Parts: sequence; C-alpha cells; structure tokens
Amino acid sequence: MRKESMRKRKQRHRFLTRTLTLHTPLLLIVGFALAPYIWTFLTSLTPEEDLYLSEFRYLPANPTGTNYLRLFSRIDYGRNIRDSVIVAITTMLVGLCITVPASYSFSRYRFKGRTALMAQFLVINMFPVVLLLVPLFVLMRMLGLMDTYLSLIIAYSTFTIPFSTWMLTGFFNAIPRELDEAAQIDGCNRLSTLLRVVLPVALPGISATGIYIFITAWNEFIYAAILTGSNVRTIPIALQNMIGEFKIAWGLLTAGGVVSAVPVIVLFFFIQRQLIHGMTAGAVKG
Amino acid sequence: MVHVSGKRVDLFPYFLLSPALLITILVIFYPIIRTFTYSFMQYILWKPTEIKFIGFDNYLKALRDPVFWISFQNTLIWIVGVISLQLLLGFCTALFLNQKFFWRGIARSLVLIPWVTPSVITALMWRWMYDGNRGVINDLLVRVGILSSYFPWLANDKTALYAIILALMWQGFPFFAIMILAGLQAIPDTLYEAAEVDGASTLQKFTRITLPMLVPVLFTSLMLRIIWVANSLDIIYIMTGGGPGYSTHTLPVYSYIRAYKGMDFGYASTIAVVLTLLITLFVSIYLRKVLRMEDRGAV
Repeated sequence: MRKESMRKRKQRHRFLTRTLTLHTPLLLIVGFALAPYIWTFLTSLTPEEDLYLSEFRYLPANPTGTNYLRLFSRIDYGRNIRDSVIVAITTMLVGLCITVPASYSFSRYRFKGRTALMAQFLVINMFPVVLLLVPLFVLMRMLGLMDTYLSLIIAYSTFTIPFSTWMLTGFFNAIPRELDEAAQIDGCNRLSTLLRVVLPVALPGISATGIYIFITAWNEFIYAAILTGSNVRTIPIALQNMIGEFKIAWGLLTAGGVVSAVPVIVLFFFIQRQLIHGMTAGAVKG
Repeated sequence: MVHVSGKRVDLFPYFLLSPALLITILVIFYPIIRTFTYSFMQYILWKPTEIKFIGFDNYLKALRDPVFWISFQNTLIWIVGVISLQLLLGFCTALFLNQKFFWRGIARSLVLIPWVTPSVITALMWRWMYDGNRGVINDLLVRVGILSSYFPWLANDKTALYAIILALMWQGFPFFAIMILAGLQAIPDTLYEAAEVDGASTLQKFTRITLPMLVPVLFTSLMLRIIWVANSLDIIYIMTGGGPGYSTHTLPVYSYIRAYKGMDFGYASTIAVVLTLLITLFVSIYLRKVLRMEDRGAV
C-alpha cells in the first residue's frame, strides 16, 4: 500500500518537473514561432473597416472571406500567382537539368581540379547579392531581357546552382557505387547508367532539391525588384507594392501573405527530412 | 578519351560539369569582375556621357562618407544582435527538442515554420505587429502596463534597428535549433553513462561533455549564419527601407539604395566590394583560428 502511493507521488513529481522544465518553455517557443502567423490569419479574416474600431479586438467580430475575394477581384493577384509559378517551376527545371549531371560527376569521378571546382561552388554561395546585382541589371538591359521571365530565371540560377550542386552531391554520395558498377556490367554505357539506373534511385533527393529551389525562387524579392516591372510581377513584389501605398490595406495584405506562405509551408513539410539531413550532415561530421 | 602528354584524360566528368560551369562563369564570375571594374568608375545610369575611370576615388569617397560609417556600425550591431539572439533561442530549443516526449515530432515541425517563411511575409507580418496605430505588440504592452501609450517602433530611429533584429531572430533561430539538435543527437550516450558512473552532476555533464562535443557544429553554423546575416537585405529593406534617416542602413542596404534609387552604379559597386572584402577577411581569420584550435586538439 505505502509503496504504491510512494510511486504515485514520485510519478506526479516527475510530471510536475517535466511540465516546468520542458513542456511549458517549449510551448512558449512554439507559440512564439506561430504567433505572427496566427495574428496575420486573424487580421486577414477581419473586414478592412473593422480594423480601426476604437476597441481593440483579438478575434474578428464578423469573420469574413472578403479580403481573399478582393485579392483576386481588385488587385489581380491571380496574375501574380501565375507569374510566380512560371518563374519558380522553370527555375527549378533548369536548375535540376544543370546541377544533376554536375553533382553526379563530383560524386562519382575523381578528376583533375575536382576539389577546387567543388570549393568554388561553396565559395560563390557566400557572396552578397549586391555584388552581382548591378552587372546583372546592366547585362539584362543590354540583352533586352528586362521585365521578362527569362531575366529572373537567369538571375535565380546564381544562387540555385551552387546550392543545389552541393545538396545533390551529398545525395549521390549516399547511393552505393556498386549500383553503377553493376549497371555497367549489365551493359549500360556511362550516360545510360546515370539516366536509367542512378536517377530513379536518387529521385527522393532530387525532388527535395527541386522543391527547395522552387521555394527559394517563390520567395525571392531583391532581384525581382530591380529586374522586373509592370509586365512580370511576382507575389513578393505585389505584396511590397501594397506596403508601399500611403494607407496600407492590412486586411488585403495579410490575406495576400497567407495565400503566398501556405504553399511554401506545405511543400516544406514534404521535404523536411531530406533537407535537414542534407543541411546537417556536413556540419556534424566536420 | 584524349591523350595529353602520354596520359589518358577522361573528359566525361568535365562534360557532365560543363553546363553548370558555363552558367556559373556567365552569371557569377563575369558579373563579379564587372562589379570590381565599376567600383573604379564614375558610373551613374542617367549620365551615360560621363562614365569614366576614376581610380580609387570611390573608395576614398567611402572613407569620408558619414553614411558609409553609419552603415558599417549598423552592420556590426545587426550581426552581433541577430546572431546572439538566434543562437541563444536556438540552443534552448535544441536542448528541449533533444528530450523524449509525446509531442516532439509536432514541436520540431512547427518550430521550423519561421525558417521557411518568405522574407517579404516575415517583414509584412512584423510590420503589422509593430504598427503604431493598431499593432498587437503595442496593445499587449499597454495591457500589461509596460507602456502607457502606443509607440511607433519602426518609425523611431532609436528602436527601428532593434525591432528588425527581433524579427530576424524569429525567422532564423530554427536554423540554429536544427543544427545544434543534430549535433546533440550525434553525441554517444555512453559518454553520459560513463560520467554518471563517475558521479558527475547535470551541470558538469553539460559543460564537460555537451559543450565540447558541440564545438564543431557551433563553429560551422555560426560561420554560415554570420555570412548570411551580414549579406541579408530584403527584410530590412521591406520593413523600413533603411530609415528613419539612416538608422537602419547596413552596408548591403546602402549599396542597394545607391544602385536602385540613386542609379549610382559606381559607388554602389564600391560598397558591395568593400562588404565582400570584409566578409572574406572575417572568414579567413575565423577559419585560421578554428584550424589552429584543431591543431592544439581543442576541437
């Protein structure tokens, strides 16, 4: 009897300390991570005129989807979404076509200059955007590419190619070389080994990298601000234009923010594991 | 296969690399060289007849330019502020997430959300929360009694930079949390078990095992993060546009404003080159320190 109650008390004590030292502080951190989103979402459900009532309300009195509807009727958000999708998907496809062979080469072959070339891809990843901005602007003007999809796709390859080469090299390294050797014994040449044997196995890593490229292109603001104008207008630029207006329509703006962030978060959850693995592998070993 | 001085050189790996290399040369190396040449030129877009080489004049101008020095100082405050806050919160988060409990998987996923949030969204959400008329932060602070009336956090030159630092802490702390968590999980349990047998306290286990074992992860993630934060520009630019006055000008923001608003490509390039050189200098000193520590066996 006494033993039983002692154990119970011990359990309750353990539960209390865990609540104080783990659950509560971590819950606060998670709350901090989510709070801006919750607030943004609540605002997006509030009619514009209710935002400036004298009494401060946390929950909208008359929740409504008008802001979301106005996004598409008043400011042509559908066009911005279309531009963003076109740019992000093309950047992803072009980036993968270029970096898959490059990283396969880094992973499978030992050749003269390999280390230097790999280091080069790491170093250019660290240069500030402002170092490339002005010459790319001049170049696009010279080529007559200002305000086109192509200008953004070219500019985005400056950061997608180095990053995705590194990430993919890691994924290819994780695939045993015996697979390539077996394919060649079975009569594949080197190109078909890559295309027909290694690529299907590497598909999870390749799609994770592709989604990552899509996300970064979808989010990009700085290049889009100087290289595009009235013709091509991606979502970040459309949102920034709304912030720039004299009286900011916060209901509309928060709705636009929610629409733009949700696909990114959903995509991210798909590739979370691979991305984190690729990101931390080098650092932990090194 | 090609024969060069009697040796067989396999061209296939180079063939696979060639598209990536070609694009890199065209859109990265060529532009970098151009930026270096522009930095020695007077090059204002709307004065095309006056484009000419002026030697080191832009660099001398930067030395005498008070805005350059304000931006330089702000860059340092920005880096130190953002990195220390992100590291502190990221470290705590990693320690919590390293324990076993029933909602750990969900917690880890939710904590990562700020990190994938687009900069424009981060900027607009925080701008709305800081708002001087209707900001939820002001409302909360007044309710708790810390403030007596609403305060325009982003419109005041004393608070604007720190307000943005807090927003970037929010966006970036998951990076440290994930890196440190990976480091924590790589520490073998046997070390802790041995320490327990020897009667070590929780604090001793932390300072003698956890911290030293995390040093490599901390060095790598700190370096990557410092470079990234030093270069970051979109959040600041969208939240305040560098103002009020010059209070949120950092070097990348200043260079961007010079290029984008002033169309002064020469001087903007000079600032970009100076920023790059400063970062390169920092990285080389940092790496040398780390390598020396490794030689002494401290890492």
